[in-house]
Amino acid sequence: MKPKTAGKTMTGAGILWECIEREGVKDVFGYPGGAILPAYDALKHSKIHHILVRHEQGATHMADGYARASGKVGVAVATSGPGATNMVTGIATAMLDSSPIVCITGQVGSKLIGSDAFQETDITGVTLPITKHNYLVTHANEVARTIREAFYVAKSGRPGPVLVDITKDAQQTSAEFDWDAAKPQLPGYRPDLSPEQKEYEQALDLIHNSKRPVILAGHGIIISGAMQEVRDFAERAGIPVALTLLGIGAFPAAHPLNLGMMGMHGEAWVNHTIQEADLLLAFGMRFDDRVTGNLKTYAPNAKKIHIEIDPAEINKNVKVDVPLVGDLREVLHQLLPHVESIDRSEWLDCIDKLKGDSAVRDIQNLPDSGHLYAAHVINDLWRETRDGDTIIVTDVGQHQMWEAQYYKHEKARSLITSGGLGTMGFALPAAIGAKVARPEAEVWVVVGDGGFQMTLCELATIVQEKLKVNIAIINNGFLGMVRQWQEFFYERNYAATPLLNPDFAKLGEAYGIRSMTVSERSQVIPSVRAAREHDGPVLINFKVEQEDTVYPMVAAGASLHEMIRRPSKIVETAADE
Amino acid sequence: MMNTFVVYVENKPGVLTRVASLFRRRAFNIDSLTVGRTEKPEVSRMTITAEADQDQARRIEANLYKLVNVLLVENITHEPSIVRDLAMIKVAATHEARSHVLELASVFRARVVDVAADSLTIEITGAEDKIDGLLEVLRPYGVLEMVRTGIVAMRRGKNTISPATAIHGELDIAEDDVSQSV
Ligand SMILES: Cc1cc2nc3c(=O)[nH]c(=O)nc-3n(C[C@H](O)[C@H](O)[C@H](O)COP(=O)(O)OP(=O)(O)OC[C@H]3O[C@@H](n4cnc5c(N)ncnc54)[C@H](O)[C@@H]3O)c2cc1C
Ligand SMILES: Cc1ncc(C[n+]2csc(CCOP(=O)(O)OP(=O)(O)O)c2C)c(N)n1
Ligand SMILES: [Mg+2]
Repeated sequence: MKPKTAGKTMTGAGILWECIEREGVKDVFGYPGGAILPAYDALKHSKIHHILVRHEQGATHMADGYARASGKVGVAVATSGPGATNMVTGIATAMLDSSPIVCITGQVGSKLIGSDAFQETDITGVTLPITKHNYLVTHANEVARTIREAFYVAKSGRPGPVLVDITKDAQQTSAEFDWDAAKPQLPGYRPDLSPEQKEYEQALDLIHNSKRPVILAGHGIIISGAMQEVRDFAERAGIPVALTLLGIGAFPAAHPLNLGMMGMHGEAWVNHTIQEADLLLAFGMRFDDRVTGNLKTYAPNAKKIHIEIDPAEINKNVKVDVPLVGDLREVLHQLLPHVESIDRSEWLDCIDKLKGDSAVRDIQNLPDSGHLYAAHVINDLWRETRDGDTIIVTDVGQHQMWEAQYYKHEKARSLITSGGLGTMGFALPAAIGAKVARPEAEVWVVVGDGGFQMTLCELATIVQEKLKVNIAIINNGFLGMVRQWQEFFYERNYAATPLLNPDFAKLGEAYGIRSMTVSERSQVIPSVRAAREHDGPVLINFKVEQEDTVYPMVAAGASLHEMIRRPSKIVETAADE
Repeated sequence: MMNTFVVYVENKPGVLTRVASLFRRRAFNIDSLTVGRTEKPEVSRMTITAEADQDQARRIEANLYKLVNVLLVENITHEPSIVRDLAMIKVAATHEARSHVLELASVFRARVVDVAADSLTIEITGAEDKIDGLLEVLRPYGVLEMVRTGIVAMRRGKNTISPATAIHGELDIAEDDVSQSV
C-alpha cells in the first residue's frame, strides 16, 4: 500500500505519473513534444520506465500489445496536434478489438483552446467515436480523478481505449494530491450487469434439448479469463468448440473438442458444422461479418444463446433466442452446476465426416517441391516453438490467416493480432508491447512485406530498448491479401499490389539487428533455431511463393457454406511432385 | 415507428455532442432532440425522438447506456405520457385577415404574443399534431416565420423518472480492479 497523500501539493505532471504508477504501470510508450514537455520533465521523479518510440502510432500499438499480452492496461503518451493525431489508427484498432489502453496527450494551454494555437487539435473531438471514453483536463486538480477513472473505464466491462488530453497549464500548475479522495465518480457507468434467473433456465433448456450444438468461442473468453470455465462447460456438455480469429488460444488447439477457426478463412468443416448446427452458444464473440458471411443464410436451423457483456451487441447482427448479458466467467459459473452431461457422439461423428473431406489442403504433409510456402514457414515455426511460452504477433493479410491456420495455439494470449480494424503495421510495435509486458516470453513477429514497411521504424525502438524480439517477414513481393481479391474478383488485374522491396536483411543489419534471408524449406528450421539461440533480436526474411492463395475463402457477402476451395488440380500437382 | 426516449445525462461539456454523435455513428436519425436543466444542477434531461423499429430502439437504448455520461434511458413510446412541442408562428395578417387568424388561434388555444402592423405572432403548445393542425389552417394567410422547440415528454401518473433515481450509488471498485500490481 502506498502512503496516504492528503495535503501534499504537486504539479499536475507529477500527479499524472504518481497516479499511473499507483495503477500498477511500470512501462509507458511515448514520444515527446512541446505540449507534453512538463510531463516529460516530471518523469525524473517517477519510477516509470519510458520507452521512446519512433512514431506515435507505434506507441498506441505497443500499449495495445502490452494489454493483450498481459490483460493489464497499456499506456501511450504523445504531444498535442500531430502527436495526438498519429495515435488515431492505434486507438481505433484497440477500440474494435476491445483492448484496454490509456492514451495521454498534451494539449495547448487552456487559455489558448479554440484559438488555432500552434499544434492545437481538438483530439477529444477527433477520437470521440473511437474511444470508449475521453477527457479534456484543464486543471491540475482534475488530473488524479481523471486518471483513476480512465484506468477503471478502460479495463472494466467491455474494455477499450480511453484518451486523456491534458492542457499544458494543467500539467504545470500545482494542486493538492489526495489519491483516496480522487476515487472515480461515474454515476452512470454500470459495467456489472448480470442475466435474470429465467434467462438461465431458458438457456439450459435449449442446451439440454439440442442434438447438434456448437460453442462459438470468442475474444471475450480471454478478456474474461474464462478459459477453464469454457473447457469445463464443453467437456461436461460434450459440445465442440469453434474459434473466432481473436478467440484463438481461448480453447486448446489440441483438445479433442476443438474444431478450429470459423469464418471467411476458417476451416471448411467448421463452417459446415455451424451451418448444420441446431444450437449456437456464442461465448464473448460479436458475430463479425467475417464470421457469419451472409446473415440471411447463417446457421438457418440453429437456436442461439449469446453470452456477452455488452448489451448493445445483442441482436446487432444475428438475432438470438436467449441473451445472457454479463461477464462470461460469472455467467458460466452460474450455468455450470446445472449443465447435464449428454452423449453427443452422433453429432461429433458427423463432424468428423465433414472434416474428413476437407483436410486435403494440409500443406505441411506435401513433399518439398522446391517451393517455399508461407504455410511451411509458419508450421515449422510452430513445431520449433510450441513447447515454450511463445507469443506470436501477426500483422494483417495472407500471412495472418496462414498463422491462424497453421500455428496451433494452446494458450490464451499466445496470439496477438488486429482483427476488427485489420491494421497493417500493427505487428512490430504490438510485439514490442507484448515483450515489455511479458519479458520472459518468446516473442515472434509474423509480418508481411507490405505491413512491415508501415511501422518498421520501430526496429530502432527494439534495439534501443535491447529487446529480444524475433521477426519473420513473410515476403511474397505482393500486398498478398489484396492480390488474392484481385485474383478472384478483379480478373487478376494486379493494380498496385506488386511490391518492389528493399533487402530486408540489409535493412535489419543497418539497425544493428542480426538478419538473414531464407528461400528454401530446408533452411526454415535452422534459421528459426539460430534466431532462438541468438542473444538479441533477429530478423528473418522468408522469401516465399509469390502468388499463393489462402483457402478456403467465403467471399464477402456469400453464405458461410459457400467456400472457394483450393482447386483440386493444384493439390494433385503438388502431390505428384 | 417514431420512438421517444427520455435520457438523463451528466451536465458536463460535450455530452450533447457525444449523444448526437452516437446516433450519427450508428446510422440512426434523430428527428428531434431537446435538452434542458433538471431540478438537480449536475443532471440534464433530454427528450429524443427517432425513427426505429422495436429492435433498433432497444439497440439505441443499449448504445446510449454505453456512453459513460449517460445516467438513465427510458423509452416511453409505449407508455402513457404527455408530449409537448412549442411553436411560435408569425403569420401575415392584414386588416381584414386579422380577425380570422385570431379566431383560429383561439380555437387551437394558442396565444398571440406579438402584434405588428401586418403580422401576428402566435405561440402554441401541444402535441405535435395539434401544432401541425394550426399550421395547416394558417398557411393560406401566409406563414412568414416559424420556430418549434422539438418535443419534451413525461410519463403520466405516478411513474416518475427523476434525476435522483438516475444517479447510481457510489461505485464499488474493488482494490484489484483499479490496481494492476501483480
Ligand atoms: C484479413 C482478415 C481476415 C479475417 N478473417 C477472419 C475469419 O476468417 N474468421 C474470424 O473469426 N475472424 C476473422 N477476422 C477477424 C474479424 O474481423 C473479427 O475481428 C473477429 O472475428 C472478432 O472476434 P471476436 O468476436 O471473438 O472478438 P471481438 O471483436 O474482440 O469481440 C469480443 C466480444 O466479447 C465481448 N466481451 C468482452 N469481454 C467480455 C466478458 N468479460 N464477458 C463476456 N463477453 C465479453 C465483447 O463485448 C465483444 O462483443 C479477420 C480479420 C482480418 C483482418
Ligand atoms: C493500414 C492498412 N491499409 C490497407 C489495408 C488493406 N490490406 C489488407 S491486407 C493488405 C495486404 C497486406 O500485404 P502484406 O503486408 O505484404 O501481407 P500479405 O497479405 O502479403 O501476407 C492490404 C493492403 C489494411 N488492412 N491496413
Ligand atoms: Mg506480402
